[in-house]
Formats: sequence, C-alpha cells, structure tokens
Amino acid sequence: MQKLLLLGDEAIAQGAIDAGISAVYAYPGTPSTEITEYIQVSKDASAKKIKSQWSANEKTAMETAIGMSYAGKKSLVCMKHVGLNVAADAFINSAITGANGGLVVLSADDPSMHSSQNEQDSRFYGKFALIPVMEPSNQQEAYDMTRYAFELSEKYGTPVLLRITTRLAHSRAGVKREAEVPQNKMKLSSDLQQFVLLPSIARKQYNMLLDKQELFEEDAMQSGFNKFFPAKDKSLGVIACGIAYNYLLENYEDGKIPFPVLKVSQYPVPRKMVEKLYEMVDEVLVLEDGYPIFEELLRGYLNKGKTIHGRMDGSIPRAGELNPNIVGKALGLEISEGFETPGVLAGRPPQLCQGCSHTDSFTALNEALEPYSRGRVLSDIGCYTLSALPPLEAINSCVDMGASITMAIGAADAGLFPVVAAIGDSTFTHSGMTGLLDAVNQKAPITVLLNDNATTGMTGGQNSSAFEKVDDIVRGVGVEEAHIRIIIPLRRNHEENVKVFQEELEYKGVSVIIARRECVQTLARRMKLKMMEKREAKA
Amino acid sequence: MKKNIIISGVGGQGILTIATVIGTAALSEGLELKQAEVHGMSQRGGDVQSHLRISSNPIASDLIPEGKADIIISIEPMESLRYVNMLHKKGGWLVTSMNPFNNIANYPPIEDVLNAIWKLPHYVTIDANRVAKDLGSIKAANIVVLGAASPFLDIKYESLEKAISSIFSKKGDDIVQLNLKALKAGKDYADERT
Ligand SMILES: Cc1ncc(C[n+]2csc(CCOP(=O)(O)OP(=O)(O)O)c2C)c(N)n1
Ligand code: SF4
Repeated sequence: MQKLLLLGDEAIAQGAIDAGISAVYAYPGTPSTEITEYIQVSKDASAKKIKSQWSANEKTAMETAIGMSYAGKKSLVCMKHVGLNVAADAFINSAITGANGGLVVLSADDPSMHSSQNEQDSRFYGKFALIPVMEPSNQQEAYDMTRYAFELSEKYGTPVLLRITTRLAHSRAGVKREAEVPQNKMKLSSDLQQFVLLPSIARKQYNMLLDKQELFEEDAMQSGFNKFFPAKDKSLGVIACGIAYNYLLENYEDGKIPFPVLKVSQYPVPRKMVEKLYEMVDEVLVLEDGYPIFEELLRGYLNKGKTIHGRMDGSIPRAGELNPNIVGKALGLEISEGFETPGVLAGRPPQLCQGCSHTDSFTALNEALEPYSRGRVLSDIGCYTLSALPPLEAINSCVDMGASITMAIGAADAGLFPVVAAIGDSTFTHSGMTGLLDAVNQKAPITVLLNDNATTGMTGGQNSSAFEKVDDIVRGVGVEEAHIRIIIPLRRNHEENVKVFQEELEYKGVSVIIARRECVQTLARRMKLKMMEKREAKA
Repeated sequence: MKKNIIISGVGGQGILTIATVIGTAALSEGLELKQAEVHGMSQRGGDVQSHLRISSNPIASDLIPEGKADIIISIEPMESLRYVNMLHKKGGWLVTSMNPFNNIANYPPIEDVLNAIWKLPHYVTIDANRVAKDLGSIKAANIVVLGAASPFLDIKYESLEKAISSIFSKKGDDIVQLNLKALKAGKDYADERT
C-alpha cells in the first residue's frame, strides 16, 4: 500500500479507524482537534458508520466512551491536555471499572504553550490512573501505537492513554497502513457489576487494577515499543521518551549514537530495561518533551545514585518544548548557529479577525464601563480572549473553560460591583451553564456577556453544542426575561448596545447580554460552500 | 540530497500552499519528507512558519535545528527575518516577497527591514504582489515567491509544475495556468539575479 502523508493527529485517526473503532468522542482543543476532524470527513469512517460528532465537553466525551466500552465496542476519546482535567473524574474511575470494549484516551500536550494556558504533562495522569501510556515518537508510530493501544486495552481490560505533543500532532510524514480490524459486535461484560463502583465492588476492582500493574510492565518489555540500543561509550546512557528520541538522533548525522540508548514509548517503563542501562553507564541523561516525570523517578527523592542529567539539573531548560539544539547542548555537542536576529523585528501577536463580532461587543462594553475603575471583566477562553491585548484591553482574566461566570460570582461576593463575565457560546455549554445556575440561585449581581457567534471559533470553527440553544438554556436556568438582552454586535448598533450594557451593569441581579453575530470565518466558509454547490448544480 | 526549508508569513497568507506544492513535488521524486505546521492560536493574523524537510534518507526530527536551514521562503519581508537564526551561515538562502503585511501598530520602516535582509550573503527579494497582479491576480503572489525560490530547492522544476497542476486542478484551468505563470515569473526573476 502507498504511504499516506499524514499529520500525527491524522495518523492517530487513521489508526483508530483501522483498529475498528465504532466512535470517536471529543471536544475540540489544539493540538488534538484534527483527529476528530479527519474522522468526520474520512470516507472510510462514513462507510463504516463510525460516529464522530463533537461532545459538549471532555467529561461528557469520556463518559460516552465508557458507555460504549460498557456495551463492548471500541472507541477513541480525544482532547487537549487541559481537557483531561475536565474529564479526570470519569477518566480516573474508568481505570477502576476497567474496559470491556477497547477504550483509548488521547491527550495532546502543548509544551511551550503554543495555544494553551499551561504545559502540564498527561503522562502524570496515566501514572495517577495506573494505566498503560503510549507515547509515539513519529507519525508511523502514532498510527501503529493507536492500533496497539486498542489491542492492549482489550487484552487487559483497561483504558489506555495515548500521549502526544504539539510537534507530532501538527507535523506530516509518510505513514503505511496495515490491515483493517473489524468493529466489535455489542457484547456486555460477563460481570454486570464491573461498572458499579460501590465501595465494596470498587475495592475489588481496584485490587484487580493493582494486580495488572506487573502485566502492564511486562507488556512494555515485550511489545517492542521500548527499545534498547547498545553502544560502546559507557560514559553516558540516554533515556529518550517519545519524540525526544528524534531530537537525539538528529544530533548524529550518520544515525550512530555513541552511547547506549533506551528509547521509551510505552509506560510503565520496565524496570529491567532501565536497570540494564543504569548499571552499565557512568551517568544518565533523560530526555522528555514535557515534565521531568521519568527523570524524577530515576533520581529518587534523595538523589544519591549516579548523576542524572535532565531538566532538573539544568542540562535542559526546566520549561518549554525540546528541539534538536537543546538536546545537542545537553549532550555537550557543538551547536550550529544561524544569523543574529536583527533589531528591527517587531512581534506579531495573533489578533481578532477583521470584522469579528467580538471587537464590536467589547468596544461597546469598554465604553459602558468607562465611568468605573478598571479590572471588572472576568473572561473565559476563546477568540474573545484576544481582546485582552491592545487595542481593546477589555478583559482581566482567562483561567479555565467556564471560569468567567463563577469567578464573577466570587468577585461580586467580595464586593466588586458592577462585575462582568464574558464567555463564548461553545464555552458556555462546555461548562459555563452550571455556573450560571449558581449565579441565579444566589441572585449574584453580575452581568454576563455571552458572545454567541454560533461556532467554536478559537479551534477553527467546529460546530458548537450551544447552536440555537443559548436563549432557551439561559431562560431555563432561570435568568429573568427582562434581563436577557439580545444585541447584534455591529458598529452601526454601537450606541444602542452601549446603552444596553449601561442598563444591565446597574442591575443588582443576574443579567445576560447575548451578543449574537456569526463568526466571519465560518460565515465566509458557508458562503463559499453555497457558491460551489450552486455552481455544481448548474453544471 | 537533503534540504531544510522554512516557510514563513502571516496567518492566512497561504504558506501551507507553498509547503504542499514542494511536498507533493518531493514525494513525486521519491524523497522522504517531514513537515511541521502551525495550527491554532497563532494562525489568527499572527506570525506563522512551517518547517519542511526533504531528503533522500530518513529524517529524524520534525524541527530543523537552528542554523541548519538551507532556505527561508517568506511571503512577508519582516517575517523572513524572524527566522534568520535558523539559516545556515554558509550558503543559506533567504527568498522573500518585498511586500509588507502591516497589521501591527509598530511595523518598522520597510527600508530598515529590507536593509537588514540585504546584509545577508544570499538573498532574493521580489515584489511578488506586483508580479502576480501583472499576471492577473495578486492571489498568486505566494507561488511567485515559490518560483523565486525554485532554483535553490534541488527539486526538478517540472516536478513543481506538475504539483501545481494537480493541486490547483480543482479550481479550474485558469487558476492552474495563472499559478504556472506565477512560478515561471518568480523563477525567471531569481535566475536573472543570481
Ligand atoms: C478544557 C479545555 N478544552 C478545550 C480548550 C480549547 N479551547 C479554547 S477556547 C475553546 C472554545 C471557544 O469557543 P467559544 O467559547 O464559542 O468562543 P469563540 O472562540 O468562538 O469566540 C476551546 C475549545 C481549552 N482551552 N480548555
Ligand atoms: S475566527 Fe471568528 S470568532 Fe475568531 S477572531 Fe475570527 S471572526 Fe472572530
């Protein structure tokens, strides 16, 4: 079969399709979004009737997948690293129930925070949940390991965590496909109490999970994804996890690394393999594209063994993504340099698109807030977060999805009035609407600006679960009709909109101002599609 | 054969099209390829770049090491400078459009930008917008820049032409012809000056 040129994300998607999934459940988040998008447009996937709609958030996605596993079929759950925080309750407990149908959770980490609030390392979650973790180093491995993760999941009856980082997610290379595995037929577990985590049953299930730990390690020895490469120079041994292995290899043009190397792609890392390397070398260098998780383990609390180099002793910077030169420096190699960056260079931060509705919403809000002191707008995550930057400088927080409304309640409780919460439609149904219920129940004096642009703009315009439901939800949660105000954020409505804000800012209860205008990007895309359809109909 | 290529510009300018054309051409010549793209946050009017590596041998890293880029292809002059730390000091080429994309308040005077580029040992600066406009549409400016870079890519010119024909075929023959002319105009410009 000819190789396909695939992003790491796409390789995972194709791997999952070929592994016989019946569904992918996901909430968008860079750098994981392209996995689900690939399945959504894949002809293979639609021929096989693989379900691939977006879920409302990562927790609902995770739980839906557990349901599919309960009924005996295979599914993939995808999210960005911080999404795993949202799904964590379901995720950790799924390790206790174990899997019936294959259950693979993909979490895409973002070291260097290219598009994220932090650079947390999902491998921690794997260890926390006590389940196997796969960490591919390249696109082919991404494909192969996705398939293997499903095998592993069904072999041991456990969810498996697949961890990638931005660089692999968004880099293309040739990938060879393997034979397709059919989907499962529906089949419930022979133990109908397996998923009932009452304490008495949970204790039993937890012990079963603990018993599996040895098998997981044994598997990581045998699967072939962890590899030991012997070499002559024993002054150093290198442990390279996931994509870090490529950066190591890149530093030796002939591909011959002088030191013994342990390439790690499956966790728990087999003790025997680590011991073998540790015993034969003078010092160890640990390369991880993320937190120094393995390095810390190897070092131990007291750090009394051999010298371990890595992020913790400064051989590698403590924060940020790895690259070939950082690894080269840690190896003591001479590093190539390019030209000096000239002083004329100015930064070019991302910004709201020309004509974006958010610009008009926040311009009006800014004007309405002029009489008050600054620092009153608690915001959420989405394109509108860019309004923190000049020229708007309109918002004062962005912590986690859904935090705008709840933080506003807390700030109001502390005495900040007026206070505004700014949130997008997709974020609202992700995890904002429960906060709004809190606000209503407490009669909190807050003004919510709900930016309803009918899409999940930030991640590229995926369908929003809130589509055409925002008003009903706001009403249903109990916001008073008189304080649900709908505005159209356009420059020509500016005066009118400022007035609406002014009125609601003064109200000492919950008001929700719904600013409704479609994202110009999705609008343009829709128009283009329509034109193409028309042209085709004519022809 | 091994070429490390950085393609740069501003989100929305079409740098991925350049990458796709070179990538398709490289594959047709049986070469290995890795291409790191930028998605997400930084696409929205911010700076974007792509690392494209092509080689007759397997490629390890998705990222080009600093100082090892053989060529920077940029659709925007100031953006080309953002990556000169990646450019090979011996023999690295910088090929860029001279047309600024000015969406920030503190964009430096364009003379200063060009002067910084002209200090480098190997460069091609081309008024790609004008060349493309003369050919019929400013939209082909990115392919003009690609044409100006084509002499330094170690890929057969015909392979690039074929790649353009197949990639733009969906958009109709007019668009294919426009982009083929854009490629040629860029190449001729570079050939005359180097
Ligand atoms: C838990 C979590 N999941 C996903 C993301 C990625 N993400 C950031 S903003 C956003 C959605 C934004 O949509 P919306 O609220 O409708 O605002 P818009 O971008 O359309 O303005 C997503 C999915 C995240 N940061 N955190
Ligand atoms: S993608 Fe849509 S929501 Fe985001 S900045 Fe552009 S117009 Fe605004």
